[in-house]
Formats: sequence, structure tokens, C-alpha cells
Amino acid sequence: MSDFPRWKYALVAIVLVLGIVYALPNAFLPVPAVQITANRNGTVDQALEQKVSDALKQQNIATTSIEVKGDHLLASFINGDVQRTAADVIKSALGDDFTVAFNLKSTVPGWLTAIGAKPMPLGLDLQGGVHFLMQVDQNDVIDKQETRHADDIRSLLREKNIRYESVTRNAVRGQGVSIVLKSAEDRTAATNAIAAEYPDLTVQDGPVTGDRFVLNAVVRPDKLRELSLNTIRQNLGTLRNRINVLGVSEPIIQQQGESRIVVELAGVQDTAEAKKLIGATATLEYRAGFGTPQQAIDAVRSGIIPPDARLYKNHEGQPYLLSKNVIVTGDQLADASSTFDQQSGSPAVSVTLNAAGAKKMLDFTTSNVGKPMGVVYVERVVDTKIVDGKEVRTPKITEEVINYATIQGVFGKNFQTTGLRSPKEASELALLLKGGSLAAPVDIVEERVIGASLGQDNIQKGFKAVMIGLALVLLAAAIYYKLFGLVADIALFFNLVILVAVMSAIGVTLTMPGVAGIVLTLGMAIDANVLICERIREELRNGSTPHASIRAGYEKAWSTILDANVTHLIAALALTTMGSGPIKGFGVTLLIGILTSMFTSVTVTHAITALIHGHRKLKTLSV
Amino acid sequence: MEIFNHNSNINFLGMRKFSIGIAILLMIASIGLIVGKGLNYGLDFTGGVALVVDYQQPVTTAEVQAALDKGGIEHSLVASLGGTREVSVRFQPTAAMMDEAGKVNLDKVASVATAALTAARPDATVKSRDYVGSQVGEELRGDGIIAALVVMLGIGVYLGIRFEWRFAVAAILTEFHDALITVGIFALVQREFDLTVLASVLAVIGYSINDKVVVFDRVRELFRSSRKAEPEEILNRSINSTLSRTIITSLFTGITMAALYFIGGPVVHNFAITMLIGILVGTLSSIFVASPILLWLGVSKQDLMPRTKENPELARRP
Repeated sequence: MSDFPRWKYALVAIVLVLGIVYALPNAFLPVPAVQITANRNGTVDQALEQKVSDALKQQNIATTSIEVKGDHLLASFINGDVQRTAADVIKSALGDDFTVAFNLKSTVPGWLTAIGAKPMPLGLDLQGGVHFLMQVDQNDVIDKQETRHADDIRSLLREKNIRYESVTRNAVRGQGVSIVLKSAEDRTAATNAIAAEYPDLTVQDGPVTGDRFVLNAVVRPDKLRELSLNTIRQNLGTLRNRINVLGVSEPIIQQQGESRIVVELAGVQDTAEAKKLIGATATLEYRAGFGTPQQAIDAVRSGIIPPDARLYKNHEGQPYLLSKNVIVTGDQLADASSTFDQQSGSPAVSVTLNAAGAKKMLDFTTSNVGKPMGVVYVERVVDTKIVDGKEVRTPKITEEVINYATIQGVFGKNFQTTGLRSPKEASELALLLKGGSLAAPVDIVEERVIGASLGQDNIQKGFKAVMIGLALVLLAAAIYYKLFGLVADIALFFNLVILVAVMSAIGVTLTMPGVAGIVLTLGMAIDANVLICERIREELRNGSTPHASIRAGYEKAWSTILDANVTHLIAALALTTMGSGPIKGFGVTLLIGILTSMFTSVTVTHAITALIHGHRKLKTLSV
Repeated sequence: MEIFNHNSNINFLGMRKFSIGIAILLMIASIGLIVGKGLNYGLDFTGGVALVVDYQQPVTTAEVQAALDKGGIEHSLVASLGGTREVSVRFQPTAAMMDEAGKVNLDKVASVATAALTAARPDATVKSRDYVGSQVGEELRGDGIIAALVVMLGIGVYLGIRFEWRFAVAAILTEFHDALITVGIFALVQREFDLTVLASVLAVIGYSINDKVVVFDRVRELFRSSRKAEPEEILNRSINSTLSRTIITSLFTGITMAALYFIGGPVVHNFAITMLIGILVGTLSSIFVASPILLWLGVSKQDLMPRTKENPELARRP
């Protein structure tokens, strides 16, 4: 007789097979590699591959493989030392058009990758990498906001024909804008106009001296808070986008407190490269065209640039003169997406401006139909170099005209920007524009590079601890509970396998606290079996038959196991959701471990027990 | 094999005045230690100073660590910076590194550290020195306390629903006892209290609740199944009949934590030792503390009978 249904056997078998398959990728260790990604001016193709391999051959650096993978090139090497020298060689061979970063190349067989099986990403403490703590400059946000409000109010008053003496930012940051009007009537009119147009502002009458009627406009505190939260959120998004370009697996980018961002890049050792990308900004500027093309060519030749103009070039080096005044900049952008131009079919970016930007664009285009307008792509990259042992940060600004065309008609909020070289470039620009510019500058306040050697040591010790801990518990269980102990041992082993499989499948980053969590889970997982075995022993002592004892043991222990594990689960859940850093890593492991152990120590052991004892008449049990 | 006499009938409840007395004494002592002596907060919480040290010849992190320990700079965090000749060192400044006003003087930090490092290896030079902020620590400390409170609250609510409010109260009180004493021991021995230790204190709470629930579950079962239900007798029988499981599980979990402690390396040292302390405290409180509290709260058979109120129709039937 067996009271273990067949579908449960099937379930156990399926879960065990899946567990083994999805845990398997962890057995394939990744090899050090160098990743080459194209910047705006480069393309990743066979020619690049040839160039890289030639450069490496010239320096007698052996590669294990070089291949184009999607949008990047990956060259792998035997060890970290070779990887480092190779990266230097590649960097000098390729120049500024490519980003060269350290990476690890997976050696997991294709069929495993195809079914979504991947190894657990390793945390900073296990793999080494860089850790940045960044401070977002919230003052800059307030400065920008107040300056913009001053501009907006000025144009609003002009538009409503309200006479004013001055509109200026108050000296103290956060105190808003001070507006001086000529009469009490004007002041009332201005108050109403501002209240109607800008609901985010609180307007208050200030002191009156002679014919100076002062009005103060301050951003509402809750709006200010919202603004600063949005700023940090936008910065987080931007950083995430940029770090994706680096190709780091599992980057940790999280907010800490109200104005700090933590970025941890496991596996990255080159801080300069990481910093360069993290600090970069890219935006578009729309400027009025200035003069004729011939004037631009003359300006280049003579070196004399008209005072109201600036000289730009496009990527082919063709010069353009554009007005010094900017019509609209990227931060007035509400949305951007890549598309194709309806008329020419060429790649384009569809841009949506915010209200203020739309108004400026409308005003400009209304009065300038038939005149040229230029779109400038501006990229700001902070290059960090070590000179004489000191860090020197030099911002490098690239400005390039990507579009120069005659304004055909009036437009405001929505329009297209053409002149992009490829659909890929269009989509990249759209991405950069949308989340691309940092809402406020970030300063790196703390920077740590954690060596991989420490990580290697940690991994070995952690692995050894898991194995010895596991072996000791297996041994103790087998001695204490004999056959039932052995069954529990098998389940415990599978618990480890399934735990690793689940962690790998959902991509939990393994950290040292995570390893500790695994070890703790192993110790605790056996608890369910201890409960079951003790119950069976009790039932036997009370005179039940072996089969009845097994059944009663599982049944009675189940409610205890459930209660004990659910309470434990609550604890793990709180750790996971509220903790950060090591606490979170540990909590996630514990959470998954409790769930998998409930399955293995109850269902799996029951299946095995039923297989062993189910169809036999029993006189005694080995428990 | 059996280690424990399954017919044991130790009168644990009989010594409740004694055991609870000790528990309260230990709790008071812990609070006293935490308030009076304070915890030796690690760099995660306090911040400190960070140095970058260059060596002319390759060096291992263990070597640097040993040199610092010898020079009186304890609990330093040493990490290699990419290569083998450059390391970063973080530690809390010692008294010798303060100026007259009691503020950290980075020049003194550098000179004290240089002295310690060059004593072991003359080729060491301190390249840069910096403060590591403590603000982060404070934010995280707040999170940790909130996490601990939410854990206790969540557990209480669950037990209140699944068992009865007295069990929730007893569990939370013992939880608190276990966590407090574990932290108290840290204050006593002045081991460094860092984020990993905080995580393990939270894990101790998880472990110890698991342990208590097993006993409580048996209490509920015995109340429901026995006709004559003297609370004290039921509680005693519950503890006795779960005694071997309580100890065996603690032993098994203790074994894995011991493996972690002895083999897992310095990074998990603190975690393992905290767990070991917590497992010991938690096991003892499962046996000696949790049930007496239940008794004092006046748990009785009626509280635990399956409720039939939800369906009055069903309750009226014979």
C-alpha cells in the first residue's frame, strides 16, 4: 500500500530534473574578457574584429576567442593579467570611438543559455569590482528651477502687459523669485496671472516702499520635495542606462537616503572608465541658424566668428554658424522616441517638449519660417586621469551639428529631428534624451575598488564552509536517524541544488552574506525532517504500525512545519524588502531557502520513503 | 540512536520563577551593557578613515592586516586595489590619531598607520588618506531597527491568527529576550557590531521563533487532545516531548554555523559567532522562558478549541 499519489512522484521528478539543469550553469566558470562597445562614431563589425586581433597579435597577446556579440565585441583571455594588458593595447589601438571595458565571458554551453539557464551573478565581495557612493547636487536642481521660474514669470508679465521693475531670484537659495511691480493693481494682476499659470508656486505680497510693490513667488515645499525625488529618480534611470552600456552583469544602482546613490559594479576594475560613463551627459540644443553657409566657411578660414554666433561642425567636419542663443535645450524635453521621417524615410527622433519649451519653440518658429535652424548634439564626458599620482578630472565636451535645415512651418510641442545616420543612432539618441541627461550633477563622494584576489579567497572559503557544513549535517542525520536520516540527507542535498537553481534562474546576486544564508538554510532545512522523524518515533513508541506511524508522522508534523516556516518566512521577507546591502542578500537567500526546503524536506522525503516502504510489509522502521 | 530519554518528565514549569528570574536578570544586564558600555560599532555604522597604501614588492592582504593588528589598529578592512602592490585599508581611528580637541587628525592617522606598516614592511608608503562618512551608517541603522520591529510585528500577527493572542505575546517577548541578550553579549565582549551582525541578529529572531512555534504547536495539540487539561501539566509535557527535536535541530544548525565560523573566513566570522550565540540563547529560551510566559498569560484549553462560531448552524448540531 502506498498513500503517495502518482502525480506527486511526477512533480518531484520534474522539479529535481529542472533543479539540476538550472543549477548546472554555475559549474561553468567564466573567463576574463575585454568588451568593446562602439561610441557614436564607431561601428562594431568584422573590420573592428580584425583590427583588435591584429593589435593583439602585434603585442604577442594570446586570446582564447574574439567574437562579435550583438552590439559589442568580446575578446577573452586566459587570466586577469593578460586581460589587463590586452585592454591597454586595445584601448590605444582603437582610440576614442570605442569604450573598452573589463568583462567576464560566460562559458556556459549554448543549449543551457537557450533555455534561460544562467549562473548566479557574483556580488562585489566575491568577484571584486568597484563601489561608488554618489551625492546628487540638489542645490543645482533648486538653482535651475528658480532661474527658470524667473524667466517664465518675466515672459508671462510681458505677455499680459503687466509693467514690472524687475524679476530676480532671491539671494538665498530656496527663497524663490522676487518680483517688483509698479502699482498695487499691477501686483494683483501679476498675482492672479502667476497663480493661474503656475500652480506649483505660492505667491505672497512683500513689503511696499514708495512705488516698489514687491511680490514673492516660492515653489511649494511639497513640489520642491517631489522635484528633488524626481531628480534622484531620473538620475537613477540615467545611470542605469549608462551602466548597461558598460555591460556589467547585475549592477547595483540604488538610492540611499534622500540624495545619495550607490553604484556597485561587480567585475569592473577600471574605475576611470566607469566614472567617465557615469559622469557623462548628452543632450540636444536647438539653435537659430546664423548667416549663410559661405559665411561659415569664411569664419573657419579667417578665424573671425561674428560676436552673436558660434561655430560648429557636423561629423563630416562641415562648418555651421549658429546663434549664441539657445531656443530649446534637452532638459525641456518631455519625451523622445526613435522613428522614421515620413517624407524621406530616414531615421529620426520624435521629440515632445514640455509646456515652456513648446511655447519657446512656437514663438521662434512663428517668426522665423524660411530661416535655418540647427540641432546640436552635446555630450559632456568627464575624463579622469591619474597625473603624478593625483586624480585630474577634465570635462570633455563634444558638440556636433546633427541637423541643419530650413524651418518649413510653425511647430511647437511635437516635431522630428532628422539627420541621424542610422536607426540605431536614432534609438540611442532617443534613449539618451529621454533618460539621458542627469537631472542634477552627481559627485562621487566615496569610491572603493575591491580586489578580485580577496574575492577568490572568499569564494573558496565560503564554498568549503558550505561543503563541510553540509557533510557534517548529512553525517549527523544519518547516524541519528539511520535510514530516515539518509532519506533526509538526499532531500537536503537536493535542497541545495534547487536553492542554487532558483537563485540562478531569478538572478539573485550571490554575496558572502548570501553564502552564510545558504549555510544557515542547510542547518534549518533539516529541522523539518527532525520533526517528522521524531514524530514517527513517537508514533512507533505509542504502538502504531510502521505504515501508520509514517503517515501520522508526516500528517502531524506538517502543521508544525508550516507554522514554523511561515513565521520564519515573515522574518526573511522583512529582511529582503527592508534591508539593503548585505542584509538584503542574506534575506533573499533565506527566503528562497525556506521555500525550497519545505518542498524537499516534506514532499521529496515522503516520495522517497513511499518508494522504499510503500509496497512492503514492515515490522520495524529504521528511524 | 537516541540521545534523549523519550520518557523524560522534567518539571520545567516548576522552576519557572528561577528561570524567568534569570531571564529578566540577563535582560537587565544586557540593557545595562548596551547603554553603559555601548556597542563597538563597525565601520558600516561609524565611518572611519581610509588609506591607500603602496608597496614596492607584492604584498598580501593578510600580511597588511597582521601588520596593522600588531600596530594596535584593530578591525581594519584591507582590500587589494587591482594589482598586488596596492591596498586600501579602512579602520576606525584610535586615540593616538586624535588631536587635542579630540578630533581625528588625518596627518596623525597617516603617521600612526605608516609606523605600523613600515615596522612589518619597510617598503610601504601611505599614498592617500580620507574620511569615510558615517551618514550612510545612520540611515542604515534606522532601516535595521525598523526591519527588526516589522519582523516581530508580522510574526505576532501571524501567531495571533493561527494560534491565539497569548501565544503571539509570549513569542514576541521571548524574541525580544533572545535578540536583546545576543546584542548584550556583543556589548560585553566588545566584538565589532557591523551590518553582518545586524543581519544575523535578525536571523536569530527568525531561528528562535521557528523553535518556539514547534513547542507552541505541541501545546495547542495537547490542549485539544487531552481531556483533563491542567495548563501547567500540558506545558510541561509539550516541552518534554519536543525536547529532543529542539536540541537536535539546534545541534544541526549549530554544526553548520561552526563550520562557517572555523572555515568560512573572516568575512562571515561575525555572522557565524552571532548565530551560535543566538542559537544557544534561543534554544534555552524555548525550553525555559516561552512556556512560563504562556502560563502567566493564562492560556487555557478553551482558548485553543477549534472555533465553530463562524457557522452557528453547524455549532448547534449535536
